[in-house]
Amino acid sequence: MNLIVLLLIPLITAVAVLLMRNANQVRWTALAGASIQFVAAFALLYFFNKERAAGNTLQMLFEQQYIWFPSWHISFHIGVDGISVAMILLTAFVVIAGVLVSWNVTKLTKEFYFQLILLSFGAYGFFISLDLFILFFFLEIAVIPKYLLIGIWGSGKKEYSANKLALMLMGGSALVLVGLLGLYFNTPERTFDLIKLSEIQISYEAQMICFPLLFVGFGVFTALFPFHTWVPDGHSSAPTAGSMFLAGISMKLGGYGCLRVATYLMPHGAKEYADIIIVLSSIAILYGAFATMMQKDLKYINAYSSVSHCGFVLLGIAMLTKTSMTGAVMQMVSHGLMTALFFAVIGMMYERTHTRQVNEMGGLLKTMPFISTVFFIVGLCSLGLPGLSGFVAEMTIFMGSWEHTDIFHRLATIAACLSIVVTAVYILRAVGRVAMGPIKDSFKDLPDARWNEKLAAVILILGIVAIGTAPFWLNDLISPATELIKQKIMLAQ
Amino acid sequence: MNEYLTIMKSELVLTAILFLLLFVKLGSRWKNESTLLMIQLLLLLNFLSGFFFNQNGSLFGGMFHTSALIVFQKNILSLAVYLISLLFADWLKKHEHLTEFFILMLSALLGMFFLLSSGNLLMFFLSLELATIPVAAMANFDLDKKISSESAMKMILSSAFSSGILLFGISLIYGATGTISFAELPALLNGSPLQILAFVFLFTAFAFKLSIVPFHFWTADVYEGAPMATTAFLSVVSKGSVAFIFISTLYTVFKPMDAIWYNMLMILSIATMIMGNLFALRQQSIKRFLAFSSIAQVGFILVGISSNSPEGLSSVIYFVLIYVFSNLAAFGVAAVISSRTGKERIDDYKGLYQTNPFLCWVMALALFSLAGIPPTAGFFGKLFLLTAGASRANYLFIGIAALNMIVSLYYYLRVIRSMFMEKNETPIGKIKPDMSTTLGLIICSVGVVLVGLLSWIYDYIVKLV
Repeated sequence: MNLIVLLLIPLITAVAVLLMRNANQVRWTALAGASIQFVAAFALLYFFNKERAAGNTLQMLFEQQYIWFPSWHISFHIGVDGISVAMILLTAFVVIAGVLVSWNVTKLTKEFYFQLILLSFGAYGFFISLDLFILFFFLEIAVIPKYLLIGIWGSGKKEYSANKLALMLMGGSALVLVGLLGLYFNTPERTFDLIKLSEIQISYEAQMICFPLLFVGFGVFTALFPFHTWVPDGHSSAPTAGSMFLAGISMKLGGYGCLRVATYLMPHGAKEYADIIIVLSSIAILYGAFATMMQKDLKYINAYSSVSHCGFVLLGIAMLTKTSMTGAVMQMVSHGLMTALFFAVIGMMYERTHTRQVNEMGGLLKTMPFISTVFFIVGLCSLGLPGLSGFVAEMTIFMGSWEHTDIFHRLATIAACLSIVVTAVYILRAVGRVAMGPIKDSFKDLPDARWNEKLAAVILILGIVAIGTAPFWLNDLISPATELIKQKIMLAQ
Repeated sequence: MNEYLTIMKSELVLTAILFLLLFVKLGSRWKNESTLLMIQLLLLLNFLSGFFFNQNGSLFGGMFHTSALIVFQKNILSLAVYLISLLFADWLKKHEHLTEFFILMLSALLGMFFLLSSGNLLMFFLSLELATIPVAAMANFDLDKKISSESAMKMILSSAFSSGILLFGISLIYGATGTISFAELPALLNGSPLQILAFVFLFTAFAFKLSIVPFHFWTADVYEGAPMATTAFLSVVSKGSVAFIFISTLYTVFKPMDAIWYNMLMILSIATMIMGNLFALRQQSIKRFLAFSSIAQVGFILVGISSNSPEGLSSVIYFVLIYVFSNLAAFGVAAVISSRTGKERIDDYKGLYQTNPFLCWVMALALFSLAGIPPTAGFFGKLFLLTAGASRANYLFIGIAALNMIVSLYYYLRVIRSMFMEKNETPIGKIKPDMSTTLGLIICSVGVVLVGLLSWIYDYIVKLV
């Protein structure tokens, strides 16, 4: 399959959106583009599995390489392995749901959808790039749409949040940039090519400098403690689809970068710094969970719980076993789907009740059965109910972490496990207050979900259940790629 | 004779245009609109003629030399001047001394052409003066505004001061080495204290022209007082030409003193980026804002220059090309608004997107490019400058530069925020820019988007280097 298709579809959609005359045409164009991309993502999965089943064991499939800036040895090099395919699937799910959920955005509709599509373009590009220069290019493309989405269509203290998000993410990418330049000048032939870089031995000293730069840089995107502070503000101020994209896609760019660029290319660095990252991510997991307990605003609840859940991703990566890294990728997919659904539901409730405060809601199950049921499901997924994706991913991470027998890793794992109890407390409390109990008079005549909202929720729930009930296909997709990373770490003695 | 025609072609074409304009001024009773249209066409011809009949070589015993690279640099400047004539049409058309403005501007441009081609310090000094003094007169072109005269005064005083320093440096160099020829100097430079002193004076003169911290104090005042067209010319064409000659002098003439100027560049670059950024943070006037942002941009150019490698040279030229498009687009939008409404404060731009989406998008593209956000060309320009600078393995320096990109993003986003997000009870009304301004803005936007993505432009520069 030609991977350029994955870039062309959003690009054509974006241009088409700009050419449309009225809001309705814009919506349908965006939906058509997102649906085609959705099909393309599944086609990619199909062809990928077909190739693998046919015995193609190359690390990257569907590779293409075009020289872009020859004097800097920069080429437009793309290709996918199992991890990328999983992330592309996630992006396709979130994009189509996001487009559906924003159906009733009336302010500057055209610009809104243009920004959404541009953001997804950046994400697709990021996940397929095999040259660190274009990886960085796509990483930064995705920053400005987020800023505009929050700043123009957001709510609350949106300008402050938009600025904070843009500056912190740019700070992260500045660190990534310095790290990338460090890699570039520490290779004999001066290359940004991921495959070539993985084949040569980067000197120990260079790894000790570049690894923290790259890991922390990407870590800012995925809420690495203490650089998580943009997450609550950004998510709570963003419009619904903005939050979904932010938590569902954008935070995953960071996790993918930490795994694919930092850990894979610099195993020595990963080993040396693993303990620090484990401590930081354990703090993020526990701190995020406890901070969530204190929140009254539904969006803040989900934002802080995202900090906690993304902590699992980083924990899984830093544990450096094959199972834990597979779990980290699964957690990225699972959390992406789950949190997108969570924000979608919050958006639907807010649109009807005009409040996001847990205390002011109640009894919504009576007036909005569909929305409340979805809220139940996503809450259960978040607290790790077996049969849904959250359980599978977190379980895999814990199993991977338990392979370490020393007290330090055990303690970190136990601490992470404890957070699940806290999660159960805040999720059950929130779900109970919102959906159960007596209903307010003003909420009695509120309508339930419309077709577009139902469709978005069903698509995301299907994804969650598909992973939760049959995790093997995702595991089989990811684990050959994580196996390679593991081997590279084993070799680095 | 034929040799003179081809080697000095750019200068001769420009001189011919200058004479033509003089006669137009004396003889005709044309309306401003038609005169401007004719000037725009002439400048377009001047830009296009830069691509044909070029010959490398030197004249007058090495005083004047040219090469494909120098011709390319001149073309960038010609392009910028053509764009200025398009973008500021709104203001120019209303001006009673339109022709004189262009006569002065083209004289300055002629000076810059000679500057780029200069082969010894005497020629260098003369052409630098020719490139500076007309600009001071141009700064005075808002005839009814006191602040404009003030800015012209500041400009002429500070440039006289820097010329004095430059002359002192040149005489010291002559005293230390016995020659002023660029070709003979490198062999005679051995890093003796007198030579270092002379070099420092020379460097200072460059620093004045490029407004490198701590020689930047004239910049903001001059930019604020001068008419927008002059400010744009100063910040794009003047800066660009001086950056070109600065880098070529450092890389060829003063190559033996590399170890000395590397440290100077590094310290000044950090100071320039930080000071420019910090002062830009709190500016309200869009002109002062762009003035400090251009100071910060020069800091980035210095990062590229510090690499002392062919990559450094090519990335600086590339960056200046991108800077022409992005900065002129920003100035162009500001000029249209200023000439129609008289508003030049960033707070006045609040709610502009409701009334003028086109202007807002052009401004946003320009500012994103200045901030170095993909997919605009500024991203590639900045990244290549930093990559070139990183070849010296000085990661702290590169790290500081990268962090400065975040600070600069903050103030560029401030303008974006004003335009797109904030509300205003009395927003600027709908503005319909005239044909040539629109054309100029479209050319700039296309340049901002495509110069980065089309890699052959950069490759072309690399081949020239």
